[in-house]
Amino acid sequence: MPSLKDLRNRIASVKATQKITKAMQMVAAAKLRRAQEAAEAARPYAERMGEVLANLAVAFEGRDDAPKLMSGTGNDQVHLLVVATAERGLCGGFNTNIAKLARDKARSLIAQGKQVKIICVGKKGYDAIKREFGSLVIKVVDLRSVKNVSFADAHAISDTVLSMYEAGEFDVCTLFYSEFQSVIAQIPTALQLIPAVLPKKDDAAADAGASAVYEYEPDEAEILEDLLPRNISVQIFRALLENSASEQGARMSAMDNATRNAGDMIDKLTISYNRQRQAQITTELIEIISGAEAL
Amino acid sequence: MAEVFQFELVSPERLLLSEEVTQVVVPGTEGEFGVLKNHSPFMSTIKPGILKVLKADGSVTEFFVRGGFADVAVGGLTVLAEQAVPVSDLKPDVLAQQIKDAEEDVSDAKDPEAKRKAQETLSQLLEVEQALKAA
Repeated sequence: MPSLKDLRNRIASVKATQKITKAMQMVAAAKLRRAQEAAEAARPYAERMGEVLANLAVAFEGRDDAPKLMSGTGNDQVHLLVVATAERGLCGGFNTNIAKLARDKARSLIAQGKQVKIICVGKKGYDAIKREFGSLVIKVVDLRSVKNVSFADAHAISDTVLSMYEAGEFDVCTLFYSEFQSVIAQIPTALQLIPAVLPKKDDAAADAGASAVYEYEPDEAEILEDLLPRNISVQIFRALLENSASEQGARMSAMDNATRNAGDMIDKLTISYNRQRQAQITTELIEIISGAEAL
Repeated sequence: MAEVFQFELVSPERLLLSEEVTQVVVPGTEGEFGVLKNHSPFMSTIKPGILKVLKADGSVTEFFVRGGFADVAVGGLTVLAEQAVPVSDLKPDVLAQQIKDAEEDVSDAKDPEAKRKAQETLSQLLEVEQALKAA
């Protein structure tokens, strides 16, 4: 049985923890709002880009001279996995879920006899992956110093990926991140970047697109060549923004839980503290009374 | 009064402008071009430069745009720029920094093709600086 003093210390320490988790929850809530706004603001660009690419892709369908970024290398032997996670922990299952999805994918690829290379964006993902696939990780991108993800950060990552692709270091590139659904639901997602999977247009839109004859300046091939690398940056940027919103959402609910648990614990400890105090008083009283009676 | 059409200027970070305008002058890679209502469908990449928007009420807004493309469709014009800043917000030192970066790119470029491209970007940026000073 812990002494009264132990209990008092215990309660004080849990209270301190509760204050921290409460503060973290509030900070996450504020950051979440900002991250969500950023993710929403980036959406029109990504959507437009998708539309335009789909338009262009129709012109190239089935042609042999389509850019390699779209048609692929005709091989799928070497896979590159880009795993985007957070830089910090204490956000529930956020990092674990992304890392788990990536690990499952890596395992199944290796079982099929493919070669796997991994780029980690964010320290936590690297920590989770290095135990099993440490030797496959070729690069870790550190975004710790970055407060708000900017397009330049995404651009730097896509530059790395593209220069590797041009050097023929991999055939297929997949990006792992967590899609933000709501504060309590974030969905780990795998998105194939290279070769590009373009949104299929529905028939009505395709007809409208076909009837309007586009003029291109410079010609289609050059525009497509310019657009595809840009599209990769945009996809990575979008993934990073979704990720940061998801991270804050996950942290918010994790810290909410932690605050509640700390509250429960304080209640329990307080009850046992009071019981013990009362028991002690009773014992003291009995001692005094029996002492008086003995006289 | 000229007829209006829908114009959108989008950067990866946000939607800068979405409204009805009468005319837009876009700095295309192969020359500036103006877009009015009922322009034929047209797509062009853009070079760093000043994008001029003539709004329905006759006022003119200018944006500095860099890297991206313009898409003229039946519904209107969409400009997707990697970077877009209203000229009024554009600090001379930001541009100076970009020019410095471009100069470094030129000196760092290894193969002639990359060097040529970097040189092109640099000259375009210098042009913009000139244009801004003149304005």
